Amino acid sequence: MNAIEIHNLSKSYGKVHALKDVSFEVKQGELFGLIGPDGAGKSTLFRLLTTLIAPDSGSASLNGLDIVKDYRSIRSCVGYMPGRFSLYPDLTVEENLQFFAALFGVTVEESYELVAPIYRQIEPFRKRRAGKLSGGMKQKLALSCALIHRPKVLLLDEPTTGVDAVSRSEFWEMLAGLKKHGITILVSTPYMDEASRCDRIALCNEGQILGIDTPNGIVQGFDSPLYGIKARNMFALLETARNADGVTDCYPFGEWHHIVTDGSFNPDMFIREFERIDGLEITPVEPTIEDMFIKLMKR
Amino acid sequence: MKGNFGSFVKKESLHILRDRRTMLVVMLIPVMLMSLFGFAISTEVNDINVAVVAPQRTDGIKDAVKRLSQNSYFTFRGYINADDIDKELRSGNVNAVIVFASDYDRRVAQASQGVPVAPIIQLIVDASNVNTAGAATAYMQNMLSGAESRQAMFETRMLFNPQMKSAYNFVPGIMGLIFILVCAMMTSVSIVREKESGTMEVLLVSPVRPIKIIFAKMIPYFIISCIVLATILLLARYLLGVPMSGGVAGIFSLSLLYLMLSLSLGLLVSTITDTQMAALLISAMVMMMPILMLSGMLFPIENLPVFFQALSNIVPARWYIDAVRKMMIQGEPITVVWQNCVILLVMTITILCISLKKFNDKLE
Repeated sequence: MNAIEIHNLSKSYGKVHALKDVSFEVKQGELFGLIGPDGAGKSTLFRLLTTLIAPDSGSASLNGLDIVKDYRSIRSCVGYMPGRFSLYPDLTVEENLQFFAALFGVTVEESYELVAPIYRQIEPFRKRRAGKLSGGMKQKLALSCALIHRPKVLLLDEPTTGVDAVSRSEFWEMLAGLKKHGITILVSTPYMDEASRCDRIALCNEGQILGIDTPNGIVQGFDSPLYGIKARNMFALLETARNADGVTDCYPFGEWHHIVTDGSFNPDMFIREFERIDGLEITPVEPTIEDMFIKLMKR
Repeated sequence: MKGNFGSFVKKESLHILRDRRTMLVVMLIPVMLMSLFGFAISTEVNDINVAVVAPQRTDGIKDAVKRLSQNSYFTFRGYINADDIDKELRSGNVNAVIVFASDYDRRVAQASQGVPVAPIIQLIVDASNVNTAGAATAYMQNMLSGAESRQAMFETRMLFNPQMKSAYNFVPGIMGLIFILVCAMMTSVSIVREKESGTMEVLLVSPVRPIKIIFAKMIPYFIISCIVLATILLLARYLLGVPMSGGVAGIFSLSLLYLMLSLSLGLLVSTITDTQMAALLISAMVMMMPILMLSGMLFPIENLPVFFQALSNIVPARWYIDAVRKMMIQGEPITVVWQNCVILLVMTITILCISLKKFNDKLE
């Protein structure tokens, strides 16, 4: 049995189609990432899975429990961390954890060994009000609270948004640690670089799934030769490259522009053709998930 | 899962205790309102400054002035010239001027012998405060008429509130207002705050029925309201001297019912609003205004236009204030106001049912 099964799920808010006919499965114990920009429908999907809203059509199940029919039972076996900070800022770290334990009818001691690797990092501050914690610590506390009742499925909606790079990296290590306990984790993020931390990812945009695979599989699906180009005037270069022969797409990518090419493209020819451009460089690059995302999005 | 109810109550109490400012306001508002209405804002006629214009200071006039200055409600400011009346009134030195006719004594004497002539006294009153002017006029007429004619004498007895102390009237009104403020406004805001901050999402995605959390929320507010209730009753009794001859137990029980009603109202507001601001506005505008205007707190319901009289029937505070007045001032036992109790009970149950039905354990 898959931990999460989603079949043709759709949801609209008025005229806005937040989710269009989405289907996928998450295996037991898998760390599954939903990668997509804001407005891709990630939060809507989480709210559907946590039974906070009802779907317009389609069905989904968590641990074999239907999100509409069995919503009460789902609520006791799922751990949910909403997109924004959703603890009580006026309660201390300890009080928050105790409250969420009570909410699920457990004690902190019962689940301590599961949350310990995470909670221990913020335990020195247990008397501090949650509102006074740093972003990274808030995240750890929220995760501890979501885990306190030993959920079978953990749903994390953009847990690393607004958190510094070090804390983000730590957070993903914690998630990897949780996998050992057999917890299925569905996590969403707008950061493409975090995708490689997942077992499998789904790229989504505008309420649709563009592709589902392992991070490697996704990257390997990028079958066109990809180059990075650079020049003194990056803006002018963008226009020039877009109109060059053999270039199917060109977009800014950090310090470089990435150009997606077809078989007829030759980098030496490109340099020769545009040698008048000041400081022009070209180098083949390995495609990333972001490149794939851009490709799928434009298709 | 009964054990965790206590921890919800604890969590809610922590919220309240940590928000010291709000806590202080809630505790101080009743004291403030009571003192304000009890002492400062009053419709009683007190300390009216009176000057007298008399062409001759005859015995009859001296006698009238003597009675005037002995009266604690009036302060005699001395004799003035007729030309100065306007100046004195304008400057605010006096609130009223009594002008005796030159043949006052003669007319009084004739009137006492049965001759149908009336002594003439002119009252010139500063009516910039209508209430004071009206009351002062009536009181002066009443007092002076005793001197001028023995033909018709009224003996007026004010029952229940012989000194016509306005505090008596305001205490029930304040109670009607304050419990809506504490219970309805604060509960609705605290529930909506969970919606606004996103914690409601987490609460909903838990096996606990949200309504249980809501009830746990109400308990600390209920306790606070009881403290406020006790404060008000103590202040009313010992600071303002409201008699409460009907017994405090009845007033307390009725108030408990009213507290429940206010809490249900708060729950109802929280089900229809999504932001703390909206909850605050609804509590303030939609609930406070009718209480002030339509409950009989400030204006007697009988004086309202027919439409508003009808509308006042659905204002719970009307029934509560009416009943508390009867018990507090007239000293009636709670059995006399059983109709009010039944109406309040029915209202409570109705509001509670509507809000429970509307309370959604989903986000939409």
